[in-house]
Amino acid sequence: MEIVCPAGTPAALRAAVKAGAHTIYCGFNDETNARNFPGLNFDRAEMREGVRFAHDMGSKVLIAINTFPRAGAEHIWHNAVSDAAEAGADAVILADPGLLAYAAQNHPALRRHLSVQAAAANADVINYYAKCFDVKRVVLPRVLSIPEIAAINAETEVETEVFVFGGLCVMAEGRCSLSSFVTGLSPNMNGVCSPASHVDYHEDNDALSVRLGGYTIHRAEKGEPAPYPTLCKGCFTSADKKGYLFEDPVSLNAEQLIPQLKKAGVTALKIEGRQRSRSYVAQVVRNFRAAVDALEAGQPMPEGMLAQLSEGQAGTTGAYRKIWR
Amino acid sequence: MELTVGPNQFFWKPDPWSDLYDELAQAPVDRVVLGELVCSKRLPFYQDRIPAAIETLLGAGKQVVLTSLALITLKRERKMTAELAEMGVEVEINDLTALALLPEGTAFSVGPLVNVYNEGTLDWLASKGATRICLPPELPLASVATLAGRARDLGVMIEVWGHGRLPLAISGRCYHARLHGRTKDNCQFACEDDPDGLQVSTMEDQPFLAINGVQTLSETYANAAYQIEALDQAGVSALRLSPQSAGFARLCQLFRQRIDGELDADALATGVRDLDKDVRLSDGFLSARPGVNWSGKALAPL
Repeated sequence: MEIVCPAGTPAALRAAVKAGAHTIYCGFNDETNARNFPGLNFDRAEMREGVRFAHDMGSKVLIAINTFPRAGAEHIWHNAVSDAAEAGADAVILADPGLLAYAAQNHPALRRHLSVQAAAANADVINYYAKCFDVKRVVLPRVLSIPEIAAINAETEVETEVFVFGGLCVMAEGRCSLSSFVTGLSPNMNGVCSPASHVDYHEDNDALSVRLGGYTIHRAEKGEPAPYPTLCKGCFTSADKKGYLFEDPVSLNAEQLIPQLKKAGVTALKIEGRQRSRSYVAQVVRNFRAAVDALEAGQPMPEGMLAQLSEGQAGTTGAYRKIWR
Repeated sequence: MELTVGPNQFFWKPDPWSDLYDELAQAPVDRVVLGELVCSKRLPFYQDRIPAAIETLLGAGKQVVLTSLALITLKRERKMTAELAEMGVEVEINDLTALALLPEGTAFSVGPLVNVYNEGTLDWLASKGATRICLPPELPLASVATLAGRARDLGVMIEVWGHGRLPLAISGRCYHARLHGRTKDNCQFACEDDPDGLQVSTMEDQPFLAINGVQTLSETYANAAYQIEALDQAGVSALRLSPQSAGFARLCQLFRQRIDGELDADALATGVRDLDKDVRLSDGFLSARPGVNWSGKALAPL
């Protein structure tokens, strides 16, 4: 199975390649990609150089252009697709039908992957994207169980890629405006979710309130860790119940499910975290590469190797187990 | 400007469900979208009422449209979606799966849960047969105006969210079930007790969101009272009103009067508040600010 690894910087790209990533995904340093954070991502020269380095080492590079182009400014996204082709990318990862149509028409030889931001959650729609835009691979939304993934693979020729480690969207990706509801900035339009520019911390009565856009998303007693206030992982009250109504502050860790994902016909395993450090990326890649190599060699999977890297030490297998719903 | 009633986002019992459409037959609206948007498990409870509702509305001269689900994953849901066109009325797609499953060449409309953010996607949908598009509520007026301009050239009508709790997210997980300590498969229809969704508050008791099964909505009711002239100038053809349990037929009437120039924005906002004294309004998205914000004043036209 192919390990698809994030790189937020040229240094992370090199670290991931050296650690054994088969494939790297990254984006340009603007609003065209869904991890549009300050100080992250690649300018055009860095991208060309990164692709060259990866190709020399036998790895592939996918460029994510997976926000939804702004009306009246589509040229920014069109240019990103053209520049990805020119940089020698092995594929572009796109979500917007208009942009897919542009890429298919203007760069037919540039391989197209359907981003998780398109939330294509069944074989009918995946095959439709293949028919309309000739997409070769789909990154599946994090709403599907393993039997559902197997059923999709039985009905499509399009390769499937699934997330196995890192941050976990609780909502169908690309279908969520929670962030812009309180901050004005969204994954779809701006490539950011719950942005740090709208986070503030407020101390009172020995507790630390963590606010997003002025709304208290979390409160930690003195000495307790205060998780980053991603909106859907906040603590709220409803009908006299208090807690993590949408999702606990956990991150996805599906390492033990790799054999089942392989059996379900999955082509590629994706690691989330373009905002992560190169040492984190290298460590995660090494571990997943070891797991995949063990699986291919018919050896038992190494156990619990990544638990210490997970946010707040708590992992979930998310929707892969049906009970999550 | 036309008025469209969007699909009821909530799980109402069969009698109030039917009553809504009986009332709307007499209400000053042009178009009614009905059917199940949020959760396929709800449909069997009122499915047999749909043909009569369609007949009543058509008899009253309304355009009638059937919505698709917002998130289609299961085999059963794909089958349901493929059968939508057989009901003999126009289909509103709220997931591209519904477009994939429509007989090729069928004219259709596009709901607010399909991501139409730019001209390229608008062109593509029009080429597939889209005749009307309700834009995602997240879009600011500048984008609305650009898209309405392009849509006019293509002969496509543009609709914008006019009133109602905003559909902010859809998930594989059911939050009503989770709140009650159940899984989605064993939800026991916890959402049916909340005909307008269940309020979610922050740790400081600030009203914030509302859960509705697998859907998450704004706690505020987005309301375009102050933006109607700007939307009209931008070339918007219709406003969408989302059903609520309090005085919905009256709300339709207020919007009709506002569009016809019989009420000003202040009077509409006051009228809406009279229907539910606790209602909080918002209109931030149209002015490119956080969606939760409320202006209480008109946007300068572009």
